[in-house]
Amino acid sequence: MFFLLSFVVGGLFAAGFYLMLRRSMVKLIFGLVLLSHAANLLIFTAGGLVRARPPLIPPGDLVPAKEFADPVPQALILTAIVISFAVIAFAAVLVKRVYRTVGSGDVDELKATDI
Amino acid sequence: MNNLLVLPIVIPLLTAGLSFISWKSLRLQRILALLGAGALMVAATGLFISVYTDGIQVLQVGNWPAPFGITLIADLLSSIMVVLTALVGLAVAVYSLADIDEQRISFGYFPLLQVLLTGVSGAFLTGDLFNLYVWFEVMLMASFVLLVLGGESPQVEGGIKYVTLNLLSSVSFLVAVGILYAVAHTLNMADLSLKLPRISQTHPTLILSVAGLFIIGFGIKAGIFPLYFWLPASYHTPPAATSALFAGLLTKVGVYALIRIFTLVLPRTTFSYNLLLTLAGLTMIIGVLGAFAQVEIRRILSFHIISQIGYMIMGLGLLASKDPAARLLAIAAAVFYISHHIIVKTNLFLISGTVKALRGTYELKSLGGLAASSPWIAILFLIPALSLAGMPPLSGFWAKLAMIKAGLQAQQYLVVVAALAAGLLTLMSMIKIWDKAFWKPAPEVVPGEGWHSTGALTPRRLLLLLGPITALAALTVAIGLQPQLLFTVAERSATQLLDSSAYTQAVLGAGKEALQAIDLVQGVTP
Repeated sequence: MFFLLSFVVGGLFAAGFYLMLRRSMVKLIFGLVLLSHAANLLIFTAGGLVRARPPLIPPGDLVPAKEFADPVPQALILTAIVISFAVIAFAAVLVKRVYRTVGSGDVDELKATDI
Repeated sequence: MNNLLVLPIVIPLLTAGLSFISWKSLRLQRILALLGAGALMVAATGLFISVYTDGIQVLQVGNWPAPFGITLIADLLSSIMVVLTALVGLAVAVYSLADIDEQRISFGYFPLLQVLLTGVSGAFLTGDLFNLYVWFEVMLMASFVLLVLGGESPQVEGGIKYVTLNLLSSVSFLVAVGILYAVAHTLNMADLSLKLPRISQTHPTLILSVAGLFIIGFGIKAGIFPLYFWLPASYHTPPAATSALFAGLLTKVGVYALIRIFTLVLPRTTFSYNLLLTLAGLTMIIGVLGAFAQVEIRRILSFHIISQIGYMIMGLGLLASKDPAARLLAIAAAVFYISHHIIVKTNLFLISGTVKALRGTYELKSLGGLAASSPWIAILFLIPALSLAGMPPLSGFWAKLAMIKAGLQAQQYLVVVAALAAGLLTLMSMIKIWDKAFWKPAPEVVPGEGWHSTGALTPRRLLLLLGPITALAALTVAIGLQPQLLFTVAERSATQLLDSSAYTQAVLGAGKEALQAIDLVQGVTP
């Protein structure tokens, strides 16, 4: 499972970067979406994959059983998902705005502010 | 425990909330912006005095002991940065009263300004890596909206580049955080600094790649070579007050994070310091050369931000030296440089805004004759411009002198040559602005743009524009005349940064006691 997820993470990063390098602004947004998914999945995978062992302390004990699913990476991912949701929503509106002012969805047309 | 630590975060957040509530009343929003910025200044100064007299201040939020809860911590570097944040916030808030149009204010300019200050203060004060990521995002979200507020065509275009590259840097930072948690099972910076040396012995390549991810992530935010391209493409598009705020604060948050990560969190390796030093030299030279090709004031200034970032990173890179005195001087010089740079750079952008308010353009070819028509503004421009280039006796001279001395002591002659050359080229670039905008006679007909004479500005507006500029210029001169005051503080903060034991003790010492207290309550011997 670990290896499978590692390849999925790598694939998501590759696809995300590929989409960002395309000229279409819509693909740029999808690239950003894939990149944030890749980062989240990486945190989840690197945090350790443990099946069916909730981080609960059995009655009477003071520490949880030996191996347990660490809740911290999941909490981090949850926060990161909320943040990336907000940012991507903003980026999508921004792209629409750029399309309306510049009249093109092609990143190469955005040359007015370049050097 | 010191509750003063939450004030620089809570005050702007509260001000932002109150401004959102008073959405309809622009007058009330303006008053709130001034009150909030003033209160932030008071709180930041209070925090700085408390850190300076009593040492590092720590607050464990919600009383959760250190490695488990969120830690807020202010050492000297953090508190200096918070004071500078408050200073820039106050200057920009006053300037915005005259510079920002009604439409932008009615779309929430002032609350966004306060949210941005919240994020910046939070990033400086947090002692937890993931928390740092969250504050970065708070800051970025506010800056995204501020950048495109108004929706002019260049703004949204610059916005796309800014948003995309900053998101990329966030992803890189987040991945680094995720990997660090996977190997160390903690994200508390003090805890990481104790655990990572052992882990880096078993997983050297993993820690090195984390260092690389941090350099990419914070390097994009700081605008170092070759990751800076978003900066000159976007900083000249919003109104002057906004770009002054960005120029003063945002890239420096990236520099602060780099300093924090590479002195405290990650084990010190010569390889990453040498890499940073090389990047620093290239950043200085390429940034200043980029400025030469420009003919618009704010674009020239944007490229100078990049070049100046190189000097700050150079201080960090000089930690590769084996000589402890050189290391101390290098970090002290970097802290001094950041303090001087924030004041000067904010001021230069504010002045460019005043030039625009007077003449309606930033283009050098349409400007001219300002020295004759507004000598006061010409003098106010010269002070930060010469300070930026490093002319004695202004603040920039002492900053550059200390940095070059550190470079010589560390025997990194190549980067010293780069620093000296960049200083000379900066001077030439500043003379170019002086010559084209202030000295040469004004062009007969200004093509395209509407011509405004000085009379177009009401005295009240002129006072609001020039007040912050004069105050910041006076501060530049004051630092230049009494550099040892700031340098003593910088040196003390460098001592704290280089010996992280006080930092870790301040964070974890209290935590250990709390842990023991919990154990005692439960009747378990530790």
